[in-house]
Amino acid sequence: MARSRLHSSRNRAAVGFLLPFCVLFLATFIAPICYALYQSLFKVERSGALGLGGETEVFAGLSNYTHALEDSQFLEGFARVLLFGVVQVPVMILLATVLALLLEAASARGVVFFRTAFFLPYGVPGVIASILWGFLYVPGISPFVEMFHSAGFDVNFLSEGNLLWAIANIVTWEFTGYNMLILISQLKAVPDELYEAARIDGANAWQVAIRIKLPLIRPALVLTTVFSIIGTLQLFSEPLVLKPLTGNIDTGYTPNVHAYNEAFQSNNYNVAAAEAVLLALVACVLSFGFMRLVGRRGKVGDE
Amino acid sequence: MSLLTVAALYFLVPVYWLMVSATKNSSDLFGTFGFWFANPRPLEYLGDLLTYDDGIYLRWFANSVLYAGVGAALATLLSAAAGYALAKFDFRGRETVFNVVLAGVLIPGTALALPLYLMFSEVGMANTYWAVLVPSVVSPFGVYLCRIYAVASVPDSLLEAARIDGAGELTIFRVLVIRLMSPALITVFLFQFVHIWNNFFLPLVMLSNSDLYPITLGLTSWQGYADRQPLLYQLTVGGAFVSVIPLMILMVVLQRFWRTGLTEGSIKS
Repeated sequence: MARSRLHSSRNRAAVGFLLPFCVLFLATFIAPICYALYQSLFKVERSGALGLGGETEVFAGLSNYTHALEDSQFLEGFARVLLFGVVQVPVMILLATVLALLLEAASARGVVFFRTAFFLPYGVPGVIASILWGFLYVPGISPFVEMFHSAGFDVNFLSEGNLLWAIANIVTWEFTGYNMLILISQLKAVPDELYEAARIDGANAWQVAIRIKLPLIRPALVLTTVFSIIGTLQLFSEPLVLKPLTGNIDTGYTPNVHAYNEAFQSNNYNVAAAEAVLLALVACVLSFGFMRLVGRRGKVGDE
Repeated sequence: MSLLTVAALYFLVPVYWLMVSATKNSSDLFGTFGFWFANPRPLEYLGDLLTYDDGIYLRWFANSVLYAGVGAALATLLSAAAGYALAKFDFRGRETVFNVVLAGVLIPGTALALPLYLMFSEVGMANTYWAVLVPSVVSPFGVYLCRIYAVASVPDSLLEAARIDGAGELTIFRVLVIRLMSPALITVFLFQFVHIWNNFFLPLVMLSNSDLYPITLGLTSWQGYADRQPLLYQLTVGGAFVSVIPLMILMVVLQRFWRTGLTEGSIKS
């Protein structure tokens, strides 16, 4: 009797602690997903001459999805961010790993300075970083273009071929330090005895890094890679900010840019909703796929 | 060591360029070498920045502080309570709730922003402070971090002892749990603060009244008009530099606190 009363009062407390978060989570995560799914299945039909007779919402089945998937600009945007991700994510994670291992192995002097210097760009908002690098790319302002020019090279960072990698550079600049810090925090959790043991067994610094440190920080590597994949698919502010500086960014440069324009330029919310759903779907499939891939390989390798 | 130095140059040179350029007017910005000072008049340009358009820059700055400060504080409190409940109370559906929240980490924020805008405009909340604040107080990653930290750092025996002493659940949470979890809470707060401050897509979608803009949105609007109004080049660069200073200070603090919370998070993931 007393026991069950105790339990019910505790359950009430648990509900009280959970409720505020859950209500807002429902309102800002679950509800928008459901609403986007709903919107993506309908379309607006205009009646009367020139569509002036009013608007009615009618069920459209999957036609918004087929519309999105037949839009070559939308598909090109997807292909572009996938190409971007295949190159940029590994480069950034590799750079972050190398820097983390170097900082871990370096003697105490200067480590704090370097760690802070690498992490600093993370505090620069994506749009500000894009404005900043935009100035560093554009001829007339950029000291880099000027320096290359006086050395006899004429580079155009914003040409059609270079543009995607100019954006990749902005993203790498921003997030390498952040990923490095996550990796460092995991490296710090590795007990020192493990390194001692390895050293006594005659392993050199390189072998310790490859054979011991890398496998031990694998969870952090998976975490940072998954976050980077999600980030890549969301590319938006960089192309938006660079757009006025070059003619090579169209309204569908990335899927996000396309959905944004579909909603706010063409007033086609239903197709935009379908595109948002597709984007979330691809992000989930890629992140889960990646986690399963490394999860399985890890089991085989570890045991 | 040499690789570390090269990397440091890569990360610092753009910031250095921004600092140098913030002391130039628009014509020097185009006419002089970017990596060196020319006629620096920083105070005069700071005055230009702060007084342009009736001091709209300060207003954007205050908006950013409001969104990020209030948003992150509430997000931390909500995450702490939810994470603690998920870690220390045994109830049906606990794992389901946790897994759904965890899946929330993987949903791209920009995919949520569009439908959120449509929902908010139907209830008349689009283009208000609430439109940016409300979504900012929900941090699934914060809940995840808080749960893992609560499991590791809040001993059951201590909770039992407090209950036997007759302390109510809310008092236990307020006095005991918050204190024990404070390293993780600082991490969640700083992380969410930076996240909200840097968020661009949500305010872009939600806000049309420039009085409500956070600084990121304000500066892009200036950059977009700079073609027609060259003064805005100088203001954009100077404004970007001034806006980055508080975040730089925060980064120095954050990278020190980072370890405590995230280590717990990533080991067990």
